[in-house]
Amino acid sequence: MAHTALFVTCLVDQFLPEVGEAAVRLLEQVGCRVAFPPEQTCCGQPLSNGGFPNEAAPLARRFIEIFEPYEAVVTPSGSCASMVHSYAAGLLASEPAWRERAAALAARTFELCSFLRARDFVPRARVEGRVAVHPPCHLLRELGQGDAPAALLARVPGIDLVSLPRAEACCGFGGSFSVQHADLSTAMADDKLAAVAECGADWVASADTGCLLHLGGRLARTGARARAVHVAELLAAPS
Amino acid sequence: MSGASTEAPFGERIDRALADTGLQRALGGTVGRLATARRDAFAALPEGDALRDAARAAKLGALASLDRHLEALARAVEANGGHVHWARDAAQARTIVIDIAHRAGAQTVVKSKSMATEEIALNPALEAAGLRVVETDLGEYIVQQAGEAPSHIIVPAIHKTRADVTDLFERVHGTDRKETAEALTAEARARLRQDFLGAEMGITGANFAIAATGSLVIVENEGNARLCSTLPRVHVAVMGMEKVVPDWPTVGTLLSLLARSATGQRMTSYVSVLGGPRGDDEVDGPEEFHLVLLDNGRSELLADPVLRESLACIRCGACLNACPVYGRIGGHAYGFAVPGPIGAVVAPTIQGTPDAAALPFASSLCGACRDVCPVRIDLPRMLLAQRARARRGDVSGLGRAERGLARMAARVLGSERRYRVATALLRGLTRGLSRFGPAQRLPGVAAWTGPRTLPEPAKEPFRRRWERDRG
Repeated sequence: MAHTALFVTCLVDQFLPEVGEAAVRLLEQVGCRVAFPPEQTCCGQPLSNGGFPNEAAPLARRFIEIFEPYEAVVTPSGSCASMVHSYAAGLLASEPAWRERAAALAARTFELCSFLRARDFVPRARVEGRVAVHPPCHLLRELGQGDAPAALLARVPGIDLVSLPRAEACCGFGGSFSVQHADLSTAMADDKLAAVAECGADWVASADTGCLLHLGGRLARTGARARAVHVAELLAAPS
Repeated sequence: MSGASTEAPFGERIDRALADTGLQRALGGTVGRLATARRDAFAALPEGDALRDAARAAKLGALASLDRHLEALARAVEANGGHVHWARDAAQARTIVIDIAHRAGAQTVVKSKSMATEEIALNPALEAAGLRVVETDLGEYIVQQAGEAPSHIIVPAIHKTRADVTDLFERVHGTDRKETAEALTAEARARLRQDFLGAEMGITGANFAIAATGSLVIVENEGNARLCSTLPRVHVAVMGMEKVVPDWPTVGTLLSLLARSATGQRMTSYVSVLGGPRGDDEVDGPEEFHLVLLDNGRSELLADPVLRESLACIRCGACLNACPVYGRIGGHAYGFAVPGPIGAVVAPTIQGTPDAAALPFASSLCGACRDVCPVRIDLPRMLLAQRARARRGDVSGLGRAERGLARMAARVLGSERRYRVATALLRGLTRGLSRFGPAQRLPGVAAWTGPRTLPEPAKEPFRRRWERDRG
């Protein structure tokens, strides 16, 4: 059986390793043999978004070299997956050989929820409390898979899944935007969390760690009742 | 009245806007209504996606031969008896218009809504040259009376409530208070009638110019542009040079998308096709027609293979209505004639100030704008391209620290060993310092931790756990 490589992402690696562990359990549940290439670091998105494509391009090339030996690459982050998908037309557009390798790898690089959905994943988890799903912007608009997290959660037996008002509105994380324009970023978080409160959710589930840290951090700072959680953790919860 | 000059820096303007509860209230309802109207209009248009693809292809095709189309347009306009003027930049454009006004002996100018004239700060220049300028679009009239710039390209006074306008008209007209929209509109209409009839010159923009026929196309809901372009003796149209299209079929495709994208209407109330000055056998129309074609940085955008598609914009305003940032800070904060995502893309090149260079960074890159653009401009990609240009062009040194940080980050992330060492260091630092709180005062950290908590980095990162369990 060929290996599925996990690209765990720097945020998960450093701040939310349990999300990575959940991702591994889920991939094994759908029959993958999970590999973790240890040399992995970052997809280059923060540098590219910061306006430093020349600094980000070497990271793109490095990513390709590390991951192309594997049958598939799965990552618990829609924005990182879409970054990889953008290499060929973006960071590596002017280098024909790398462009081809980037396109080939992108075709085998998946965000976790969309990967699980394509493999008809049936969760064995048990989830207490009311859950609202926030679709991350990259997963929704760049990858066109914004409905994958909710579709998977809907399969959790007995789950209390509620519709989040204005779900497609950005949570306001946006990478360095969250610190460069902190007030604006926070105002957008407050709009999102008002919607969470409106539907009475105990959990706001997201498939992107940036959204998670941003919304979770704001929930904690404001002393709100709801908690932010990665979709993977809910799906991999013990039954 | 131009919004291009700004007193306070961009960051401050954002803060002011966020704190302005009146603005938040005024924006909240109207922007949402426009976005919903657009969504409903496209839901009722099954061929919408195909039309958008065709529109994008048509505009990009036109841009690929822009010089040819502009030359053909000029020949056709002149064959119709009109005059064509080429304005390299805002200053030259202003001079051209003022010269026309002086030669025509104009004293009063009536104007319809034109973002191109806002961009070149035309009104103050005309007034300084001794002309009386009257904005005739109701929203533009309102902001002109208030001494403000428009804050939305379709709804210029979107930042004002009806109550604001009641107060304003009472103050500037010296009449008794009108509390309803109908009464306020009627009051403005009565005053503007006199100006339409008395003005020697009318200035408009143009939505499209057709190279094959030399015609201008102007769409509107009030009829004021039609009056500005046909009543006065002299008509001057100022138009961004990127708006020339080759032929009528292209206009047809674009017109099917423009009003739907802007306000959710299938078509605006008036669509005017202007063919130049009045012919000998015609009753309507100006005696003199002038078309001012504006470059002002557009050729720089055209020359950039990535930024070129920003010139496909048909100025519908849909991206403004979709943008969570615009929806929160409104148009004035941008400090440019065209706000919102498309404004943030073109302002750094057209306005060229360090302030404008900051605009593309005020975005979470959510992509809602790209979703609604009728010509499918990849706005997030444009924003990223302008961010990179801003970094490359940064000679002030203000960005030097960030560039240094980026290079350091690239080095650290370029090697597993350096990544592990650096993250272990950061982990130790933040875990230790977070007990005492001084870490909160590091730049960037405080911006995060003010409004949000930040979890401590995990004692054992994922890769250590993997090695432990599976190594």
